[in-house]
Amino acid sequence: MFDVLTDLLTVLDSTMRLSTPLLLACLAGLFSERAGIFDIGLEGKMLAAAFFSAAFAYVTGNVWLGLAAGIGASMLLSLLHGVASITFRGNQLISGVAINFLAAGMTVLIAQSWFKQGGRTPALLSGGRFENITLPFADALNVVPIIGPFYKEVVSGHTILVYVALFMVPLTWWVLFRTRFGLRLRAVGEAPEAVDTAGVSVIGMRYSAVIICGVLCGIAGAYMATGLQAGFVKDMTAGRGYIALAALIFAKWRPWYALSSCLLFGFLQAVALRPDLIKGYLGFEVQVQLLDALPYILTVVILAGFVGKAIPPRAGGEPYVKER
Amino acid sequence: MQKMPIWADVILIPFVSLLLAALLSAAVIVGIGEDPQAALKLMISGALGSTYGWGYTLYYATNFIFTGLAVSVAFHAKLFNIGGEGQAMLGGLGIALIALYIPWPHWSVALIGCTIGAALLGAAWAYIPAILQAKRGSHIVITTIMFNFIAFALLNYLLVNVLRPAGSMDPATASFPEATNLPTLHMLLEPFGIKFSKAAPANISLVVALLAAVFVWFLIWRTRLGYEIRAFGHSESGARYAGINPVRITVVTMMVSGALAGMMSLNTTMGEGERLVLNSTEGAGFIGIAVALMGRSHPVGVVVASVLFGFLYQGGAELALWTSIPRDLIVVIQALVILFTGALDNMVRMPLERLFLMFGRKEG
Repeated sequence: MFDVLTDLLTVLDSTMRLSTPLLLACLAGLFSERAGIFDIGLEGKMLAAAFFSAAFAYVTGNVWLGLAAGIGASMLLSLLHGVASITFRGNQLISGVAINFLAAGMTVLIAQSWFKQGGRTPALLSGGRFENITLPFADALNVVPIIGPFYKEVVSGHTILVYVALFMVPLTWWVLFRTRFGLRLRAVGEAPEAVDTAGVSVIGMRYSAVIICGVLCGIAGAYMATGLQAGFVKDMTAGRGYIALAALIFAKWRPWYALSSCLLFGFLQAVALRPDLIKGYLGFEVQVQLLDALPYILTVVILAGFVGKAIPPRAGGEPYVKER
Repeated sequence: MQKMPIWADVILIPFVSLLLAALLSAAVIVGIGEDPQAALKLMISGALGSTYGWGYTLYYATNFIFTGLAVSVAFHAKLFNIGGEGQAMLGGLGIALIALYIPWPHWSVALIGCTIGAALLGAAWAYIPAILQAKRGSHIVITTIMFNFIAFALLNYLLVNVLRPAGSMDPATASFPEATNLPTLHMLLEPFGIKFSKAAPANISLVVALLAAVFVWFLIWRTRLGYEIRAFGHSESGARYAGINPVRITVVTMMVSGALAGMMSLNTTMGEGERLVLNSTEGAGFIGIAVALMGRSHPVGVVVASVLFGFLYQGGAELALWTSIPRDLIVVIQALVILFTGALDNMVRMPLERLFLMFGRKEG
């Protein structure tokens, strides 16, 4: 019994870590897509942020400067997406594809040029990384059965960015559904002409959404390189931007659902790392490849409308033309 | 209203976009402390300076013709097939199954058999996203992205657990029987007295790719189905009003697209590798997007753009070999081409249109 608990707690602990970049990227996509800008460039923005945060954290020895650099890089790509898809009314999907490739190539080129270690940054030392935080009473509460160890192992002991990500969920909900800004942002994604008639700048709203998306992707990427791992390696986001996109659809573009879908996909990733546990408890082997593919399969099933219907924002993907 | 003459749309705009992409690429090379002029020279001599270089350039170009045509066909129906990568992986699986388990007497019949296998599995992999888009309204871009990952997981599973020969460590099938090995350009050109490098991987798939380009041209501009595809792409509601069945067009277009993407594996799996490996597609499915955008979704444009990207690929490999510029430079160039010819098309187009209108008015 005790063994089951420890195993469960370790898996849940890594679920928290692995869900964090997904959650941040998912909320980033939520802001953008709610404002009518499709963003399949989440992956690229995370990757760029991962590299620049690791590079700056290594050079300065200060992880906060690294975080700032990561957010800056991600925002730059966001602005590029905005210029292409809002100002020049280009195809948002094609722009996203371009951004993913741009990040994939540039990070390795710059890493090679700066550090000459085959497209990676040197490993980050302490100070260049976010340290784990022990929440208050973690040790004192440990004696309480189940809740105590759960609090100590799963809730406590993560880097600050994990808590930032969790805090972003209610914040996103509040901004989108309880503020004037959020109402306008959602309206811009559903009926931009109505927002325009009300005298609010559609272009301004969409740019702000895209920039918020850049900030959140920046934190997600910085967490990858300075929290989850110690440094940048080529293509380290490994499709997480797409999983976040899948989680966003799974969540039907809602913040609280986003939390649960990201925790679910993070859990799948955590379980995939421990094939020994699956075999031990279920008595049969589950193919790792099946676990890898499960988030994508689930998303296709959701998209197909077999389990509830996922309806994207109505004006998503369409550039706004005033005179129409 | 015609704002610009056709030649400006077909040649001038892609040229200006390409020039912008090239200038930025040169700036990137300068930025990482290398000499762009020397790099270009090295790329040209490495990719076009010998039949060996040409052999690689054309080998890569063959891949891109297939995937570029795949994306183009879908573009004509205003569908964005981003799943060429997964469809090509499944195509490779079809080739492997047919080449391994059917005893073929000669490569020519094996080529026909494998083409059918690759096209069938590629089309099947595109069928599911297509039917979900047509019947359920699931966004085809998202589903095809998901299907790329699912294809990779499926292939990974099959290669590791099912198709891997006993005793072998790497996730790959056994080598195909010798009778299925395709002739290279060296063998094809020898009877004509043309000496072509023996070591280069370009093979008869290039001819298949060019035939596919002719087929796509005929399909899109000379058949009833092609007309329906273009009408559907131009205006879905208009096409529906004219009695065109949107479900049928979506599904058929995507299946043609998937079949073309699947046939890419003829070149890599049957022509070069002579066995199926895990990463045989090497991102060619995505380059199809750049190629289709640059080639304006026309087969001639696709072939020209494919040769250009083949040149970039082979030239980039040479750069990585002789200088400290990583091969990833190609990915950056590819991104810039997609950006300028695709997403930022209006940035180039609007000023040019204004220029043409200005001069047009003077003449009028």
